[in-house]
Amino acid sequence: MKYFLQLVLAGLTKGSIYALIALGYTMVYGIIKLINFAHGEIYMIGAFTALIVGGALQITTGLSPLTILAISLAAAIFFSSGYGVTMEKIAYKPLRNAPRLTALISAIGMSLILQNYVLLAQTSDFLPFRSMIPNFPFLTPGKSLVTTTQLVILITTVVVMVILTLLIKFTRTGKAMRATSQDKVMAQLVGIDINKVITFTFAVGSATAAIGGVLIANHTGQINFYIGFLAGIKAFVAAVLGGIGSIPGAVLGSLVLGMTESFGAGYISSAYEDVFAFIILILILIFKPSGLLGRNEIEKV
Amino acid sequence: MKKIFTVLVLLLAVSTMFFVVGCKKEEKGTVKIAVVGPHTGDLASYGIPTIKAAELVVADWNANGGVLGRQIELVIEDDVCKPEVAANSAAKVVGEGVVAVIGHICSGATKSAMGIYNEANIPAISPSATNPPLTQSGDYPNFFRTIASDDAQAATDAEFIAKTLGLKKVAVLHDKADYGKGFADFTVEALKGLGVETVLYEGITAGAVDYSAILTKIANSDAEAIVFGGYHPEASKLVQQMTQMGLDIPFVSDDGVKDDTFIKVAGEYAEGVYASGPMDTSANPMSQKATADHKAKYGEDPGAFFINAYAATIALLNAIEKADSTDGLEIMKALRSNYVDTPLGSISFDDKGDAIGVGFAVYQVQNGAYVEL
Repeated sequence: MKYFLQLVLAGLTKGSIYALIALGYTMVYGIIKLINFAHGEIYMIGAFTALIVGGALQITTGLSPLTILAISLAAAIFFSSGYGVTMEKIAYKPLRNAPRLTALISAIGMSLILQNYVLLAQTSDFLPFRSMIPNFPFLTPGKSLVTTTQLVILITTVVVMVILTLLIKFTRTGKAMRATSQDKVMAQLVGIDINKVITFTFAVGSATAAIGGVLIANHTGQINFYIGFLAGIKAFVAAVLGGIGSIPGAVLGSLVLGMTESFGAGYISSAYEDVFAFIILILILIFKPSGLLGRNEIEKV
Repeated sequence: MKKIFTVLVLLLAVSTMFFVVGCKKEEKGTVKIAVVGPHTGDLASYGIPTIKAAELVVADWNANGGVLGRQIELVIEDDVCKPEVAANSAAKVVGEGVVAVIGHICSGATKSAMGIYNEANIPAISPSATNPPLTQSGDYPNFFRTIASDDAQAATDAEFIAKTLGLKKVAVLHDKADYGKGFADFTVEALKGLGVETVLYEGITAGAVDYSAILTKIANSDAEAIVFGGYHPEASKLVQQMTQMGLDIPFVSDDGVKDDTFIKVAGEYAEGVYASGPMDTSANPMSQKATADHKAKYGEDPGAFFINAYAATIALLNAIEKADSTDGLEIMKALRSNYVDTPLGSISFDDKGDAIGVGFAVYQVQNGAYVEL
């Protein structure tokens, strides 16, 4: 029973790691129907920014670890959002009226550019990322079940999910986002500045990626220019699984993915972890093509 | 107007290409030796020291008149440690007319390149590819290495686990790639012979964000140690998560982890980790000279496989000299029949291409550095 519980917690951790990245993915898709393949790279840039800022602060100042974490997180969010918004302006905005496939290819190109930019500007080596989150003493007895970083990731995922849902459902900006998502032309006719809305969407999406980057780097303890790729793919799968475009769907999909991998590894074999993940994806898509919480789009003739 | 501009840009691009090709015109009379390995990407830290070693040896020889009275020229090619890229790199250096190859570095990449060299009768000496079938299968008579093979390494690790640590049950993990899985399989085999039971044997996904599930599984098995076959990025994630979970059992790994990059990345979590690697040669005067030269030229200590690559280059140049020819088959014959003094000691190669006189030892991370046990 304890083993089962441990696997559940391992699955939860993995799931919430995927969810933290999947949230931004799914939100951008929900508003502008673009699969932003460069999202994983924004996540990676967030982690790098935090490493640089955090490292510099640790050496030059005597601030407490939590303050350093807060400052580097803020810097990561700022830079990642900057990159996200700029990326939208350069690579996606000129293609807004082009076929969707064109924007998709542009996104893949953006992803490669950012990867190689970090490779050249920083390094190809793995860099150590020392945990900035101090250990909670009350967790020490149960550290074989859940560690501090895991708990922080879990809580952050829930908080980010709730904030995003509230933002989209209940604020004026959220209403504008939904309107833009439904019909860009009509939204403009009723006076919504869709450029502003899309910029805002990218800024928020990139901010969640940055939060993910910093927390996950704290968990894995190392980063390099390539971490965004695998994480991005897994998060994309999770978002599709949950129904791309749906915020709670992204979290649910990620948890299903994380749990599948964890139980697959725990009870069968970790060598086939990815196989189980993709079998689940295929099964769910066969029976529910729009994903777990995705809405079926009704084609009006 | 726009069209004219486009045409101009195209013309400029094409002429630049010609210029580059023009510059690469063959220098007649040099003996060309290729150095192929990962020089960019995740595993660059395993490939770059080999270039430096070859450069230092070649500079020495060139200053003394080169080989066969001709200067030596290095042709450096990147294979990013990927089999699909390695085949292209191999074809490229063969096309450039190299006499022999120092490399490749990773076993998988080496395997995919060897067939191409074999067809062209070009000998290749790897400082680091330890996958046993490379020599034992007999498929590549042109393959040599200045490092002991994985089964020799696995035997060293197995004996260490059984005799020195005195353990009875272990969990074996690998990264599902040629090198890691090969090492894991041989270790399981060697452990069986010593009466140690492998209670768990699994592959893990390289690059994954979290290994808690598999570590939980190990914690719940009665394994007394983890044996890991693979490279340092995964090893450092594993040891970090082990420490955080409070899983306090020995972690024994291979040469892919016995690299200072591992200690740099894993930091405090690296402490106490065991890894096998080539025997310490720091008492050998030639090895001391090689290290001193490296320090003088690059201002830092040499990286992984530097000494092996240094020895490989010396052995190769010596064989060319002895063969009195740049013909591949003659060079291979000379490699097999002569002993040569290298930083690894006096070495030669057996019929299959394994170096005679090279072995492994187990190291442990103590106070942030690997110490031979």
